[in-house]
Amino acid sequence: MIPLSWYLTLAAALFAIGLYGVLARRNAVAILMGVELMINAVIINLVAFWRYLQPTGISGQVFAVIVFAVAAAEASVGLALIISIYRRRNSVVAEEMNLLKW
Amino acid sequence: MDISQIIFLIVATATLISALMVVTTRNLVHGALWLIVALFGVAVVFVLLEAGFIAVVQVVLFIGAIAILIIFAMMLTRRALSDEPHQTNSQWPISALVAAASFVALTGLTSFLPDWQWPSLAASDSAQLSGNLQQLGYALVQPNQFALPFQVASVLLIVALIGAVAVAGEKK
Amino acid sequence: MQIEYVWLIPVPPLLSFFIIWLLTHRSKTLSHTVAVGSIALSWVLSWVTVFNAIGVEHFGEDVIFAGSVPWLPTGDTVLRMGVLVDPLTAVMLFFVPLACLMIFVYSVGYSNYGKPEDSHDLPGNPPHNGVEPMYSRFFCYLSLFAFGMLTLVVADNLLLMFIGWEIMGFCSYALIGFWYGRNYDDPKKITPRQAAVKAFMTTRVGDVVMMLGIVYLYFATTTEQAKEILGANAGTLSFRAMFYNEEFLQYIAAEPSFVAGLSIAALTGILLLVGTVGKSAQFPLHVWLPDAMEGPTPVSAMIHAAAMVSAGVYAMIRLFPVLSAGWHEGDPLTPPMLVLGTIGAFTALFAATIAFTQNDVKKVLAYSTISQLGFMLAALGIGGYVAAAFHLMTHAFFKALLFLGSGSIIHGMEHGMAHAEHGSHSHEHIDPQDMRFMGGLRSKMPWTFWTFLIGGMALSGFPLITAGFWSKDEILLDGWLHAQPVFWTLFIAATLTAFYTTRQLIMVFFGQPRTQAAEHAHESVWTMTAPLVILSFFAITTGWLNIPTEFPGLGSIAHNLGIDHWLGHFVMGTLLPEEVVEGVEPAVEGFIWQPLAASIIAALGGIALGYLVYRNAYKTADDKDPMEFLGPMHTFLQNKYYLDELYHNLFVRPAQWFSETVAYKFLDKSLIDGTLHTVGRTAVTVGNFFKRAEKYTIDNPPIYLSDGFKWVGKSFRVIQTGRVQNYLLIGMLIAVLFGAVYLYQIWAGV
Repeated sequence: MIPLSWYLTLAAALFAIGLYGVLARRNAVAILMGVELMINAVIINLVAFWRYLQPTGISGQVFAVIVFAVAAAEASVGLALIISIYRRRNSVVAEEMNLLKW
Repeated sequence: MDISQIIFLIVATATLISALMVVTTRNLVHGALWLIVALFGVAVVFVLLEAGFIAVVQVVLFIGAIAILIIFAMMLTRRALSDEPHQTNSQWPISALVAAASFVALTGLTSFLPDWQWPSLAASDSAQLSGNLQQLGYALVQPNQFALPFQVASVLLIVALIGAVAVAGEKK
Repeated sequence: MQIEYVWLIPVPPLLSFFIIWLLTHRSKTLSHTVAVGSIALSWVLSWVTVFNAIGVEHFGEDVIFAGSVPWLPTGDTVLRMGVLVDPLTAVMLFFVPLACLMIFVYSVGYSNYGKPEDSHDLPGNPPHNGVEPMYSRFFCYLSLFAFGMLTLVVADNLLLMFIGWEIMGFCSYALIGFWYGRNYDDPKKITPRQAAVKAFMTTRVGDVVMMLGIVYLYFATTTEQAKEILGANAGTLSFRAMFYNEEFLQYIAAEPSFVAGLSIAALTGILLLVGTVGKSAQFPLHVWLPDAMEGPTPVSAMIHAAAMVSAGVYAMIRLFPVLSAGWHEGDPLTPPMLVLGTIGAFTALFAATIAFTQNDVKKVLAYSTISQLGFMLAALGIGGYVAAAFHLMTHAFFKALLFLGSGSIIHGMEHGMAHAEHGSHSHEHIDPQDMRFMGGLRSKMPWTFWTFLIGGMALSGFPLITAGFWSKDEILLDGWLHAQPVFWTLFIAATLTAFYTTRQLIMVFFGQPRTQAAEHAHESVWTMTAPLVILSFFAITTGWLNIPTEFPGLGSIAHNLGIDHWLGHFVMGTLLPEEVVEGVEPAVEGFIWQPLAASIIAALGGIALGYLVYRNAYKTADDKDPMEFLGPMHTFLQNKYYLDELYHNLFVRPAQWFSETVAYKFLDKSLIDGTLHTVGRTAVTVGNFFKRAEKYTIDNPPIYLSDGFKWVGKSFRVIQTGRVQNYLLIGMLIAVLFGAVYLYQIWAGV
């Protein structure tokens, strides 16, 4: 049997790696890829908890399905924004998007 | 050590390594391809968790749609020149530190909860799994179950769709 | 019924003053119409009053026209203001408005009304041949002057009289200095502005002393004893209340004043007469009158004949009861009478000696006026009440006549100068008023000549047919009977009067014209000659109002007609029966021939002397005056005894020094301004100190505070990089921190 904690650890690691990608990458698309990793970590967590705590309920799966939908929506909108920004400023380097700088 | 545990370990390692490659590679397209591998690994983990439908959705959605979308975006936002010399920004050391700290914090939670009984799988549960697709379908449309979140999610998708088109569309 | 008319008498000229000043001053015709109309109205009202008064039996003793209103409550007494017509007032009302009317009408012609405005004539300077630029202003001032005089005449109390007195003082200043812009090249010659100030200052000296007299007299009416005597009339200055009260007069004659040796009456009398010495130009305050000739000639006539100087004599006549309080026929003279008589007689002679050395036609008349006023005041001083009033009246007529005549002469000369220039004869720059440049005007200006002759004869006292003879005779009679020194002084003065008058007549009218201007002179307009004719009528006939009963021949004719001593009888009603003095009840029975002989000798002798000396003199303008044989004496007299220079050095220069050095430089600049400047500087220094202190303690700390905030803000804003990843990093950092804290708590077993 795979203990639950292994799954959680895996999810935690994936989450941390995704976090590093978000914080440390220059290209905006690379940042988005990090966000996808983090979302995946969350879904792993969700499904693991569903399997180990409430396997007979359906709400875990439904939650996961909703999360998928949200992730898809978020990815599409994010990429559309990146494309729009690229059109404006001809660059997708996140460091250069500092209009809100004081 | 179970066979499932071994499989899990292999899959987990592969996923983590590919995830690391995603966030460290200089070539962005390579990164996208490594992302696909990582997502596949996650799908296998879902299968290990006996959530077949979720696994398939993962493959179809994440890999088939989102990863492709990411590759498209990369293609559309490519500059005439080649890739940047390095892909990490100025704050990467601290980010690594923060990421590590968050990993420690998250895993620490699992170690520091003495009262909590870690559940274990019962063999009999497998038979009563509600991975039944029909049950899932019903759950999503029954008004006394999850119809509302379902509708809201669909509205969200519509909004996202229109928003994406509006944002990314060419201004005439 | 009569009272309503009386108080209206001074009002028309006052209204005229305001109307001209405020409304009609742009229109010359309207202005002079208003002015002449107003004085004519006053004249009509006055003569109505006079003839009413004459028709009343025992006017003055039993009946007077009077009315007053309570005006100034002062404690338990009330000062009343009102009008009074008693015989003396009636006499004044007879000639004052008439003379003023003549002068007003004359002024229309004198100011060249009808001629176009000449652009060379500047306002403030006499016009050359155009109409006077300040035409309306002239009539405005004249109206105010007439108002002042008429107020003085009808006043029933000393205060109102004094008010009229002062109004005339101002008007004399305004009118003498009428041509304010006129300046002379010769610095010795006095300008109209300076003359006006001189007149005002000199009469002011007299007025101040007079005011002291008035105050003291008022005080005398408020003492305990006076309150007993006067009863309800205490605290009054009313003539009738004070002077028609024998007990009061005796009281003030007996009661000693605070000056040793003088009773209240004596002190008051002396103080009051100083006012007349100023106003009527007696020695030593006479210096303003000759220089007042700088004013236009109608002004000279008004001031020096009809109005102002007459006011001085009138005041003395009116105040005679004070001057003579306690005096009866035969007593030695009271101190005021003594002073008055002395000053009057001295001035009469003094001025006459100066008059025959003067070359300006108006200056001769000025000194003549001073001299004649001396006659009047001398007469009054020795008790000749009627004589003084009589001479006042006749003098007003013939002196006004002479002044207006001189104005006509001057105008004729100016016209002659203009004609001579136009005829391209040589440009003579001559003074049109200088008699040496005249001559032969008899044929050029006949009306002026005949009327001036009548006036001059009246002044000299030509026997029988001129008014001057009768009044001067009356004075000499009083002198002979009461004070021989006065008699002889006045006799010599009368002789000199005739002498210089003849001199003037010959120099101006007889002989051949000595200059082109005189050659081309011509007669003046009817508005100027008609008043001359009217005045000369009165200069002849008014003498017959007071023919003495004892006069040989004419006296009995007059007695049969009932007009002998008519004026004397009439005027005596002003005084209490006990005040009767010589003039009505002759102290000596029968006719006294010496004064009559003296006046005839003085008149005819003086005329003859003048004729002899001057008939062949002055063939040309540069001839020496025959009287210059007197040598240095003549120069001394011609320079008026150097009195002006004496006064200048004695009074004017010290006063100027005082005001310049002490008052201005020391008091004003050093003391007062210095104090102010020091206070100012101190305030500025203190202010600067506070400014610096404030900068460090009050201004800067808030800046430090705000700078601190700014620094804090600046330090913190570095985290606003605008980059999402930075924000996210910080967020995650905090989250990890929280997580660490939570875990620690769990681990520590909390």
